[in-house]
Amino acid sequence: MIPVSWYLTLAAILFSIGVYGFLARRNVIIMFLSIELMLNAANLNLVAVSHYLTDLRGQILTFFIIAVAAAEAAIGLGIVVALFRNKATVYADEIAQMKG
Amino acid sequence: MISLSQLLFAYLATAITGLALLAVNARNPVHSVLLVLAMFFHMAGLYLTLNAEFLAAVQIIVYAGAILVLYLFVVFLVNLKEEIRVKRFVVSQHYAILLAIGLCVLLVSNMDSFALGISGPWTIEAIQQTTHIKALGRELFTTYLLPFEITGLILLVAVIGGLVLAREDKATTKGNSDDENAETKGVHQ
Repeated sequence: MIPVSWYLTLAAILFSIGVYGFLARRNVIIMFLSIELMLNAANLNLVAVSHYLTDLRGQILTFFIIAVAAAEAAIGLGIVVALFRNKATVYADEIAQMKG
Repeated sequence: MISLSQLLFAYLATAITGLALLAVNARNPVHSVLLVLAMFFHMAGLYLTLNAEFLAAVQIIVYAGAILVLYLFVVFLVNLKEEIRVKRFVVSQHYAILLAIGLCVLLVSNMDSFALGISGPWTIEAIQQTTHIKALGRELFTTYLLPFEITGLILLVAVIGGLVLAREDKATTKGNSDDENAETKGVHQ
């Protein structure tokens, strides 16, 4: 039997990797990919707790998170395409028109 | 004594951590996306160890099948030859490492204070009696019907929003004889 804290620890590590990727990478596409990692960490937490509580609520919440992640990916990548068309760059630190 | 399920968990956890680390550090964005794809498959395996077989299927179909293919299409925007040469990280990369490690230590060190709440009605025997998908469907279409409908609405908005954002602005490209184009031309004249 695997204790629930193992799953939670793995999810915490995965979330931290996502945070690192989002903050450190320049490429906007990889930043969005890091958000997917963080969402997956949250999903893992929900499914693990759902299993150990013998309840299905966590799994249903995970469905909604997957649907919202799909919507986020569609919108986010649409923004990347529009950005690339206007600025011809995908690097987050080159998009600085609003900087004073 | 290490049991077989613990060994499987150890393999899946190592693979997920390693693949995620490689993905955020990879120089080539295509490699990043493919590494995340492999990570999602291992994640589906982890869901199987948690008796969430329908979610494991959804993880592979929706995440690996739909979302990552979308990412792969957008990666083709990047000039790969140039991408491999330019620097990958922002200047404040060290702060990002510090923050991520700090967050990880904070979360893991507070794990002891986590306590499970009251158990629900869906034990493994109860799920086996009604079958997993039937049990999930019953919960989804009774207790969580309103959130389900709202999710449908969110997806509709996302589809329309993605189309509007990614559509080429017809007014700026010449040589098109669209109604819309004619309209904007009329305004300019």
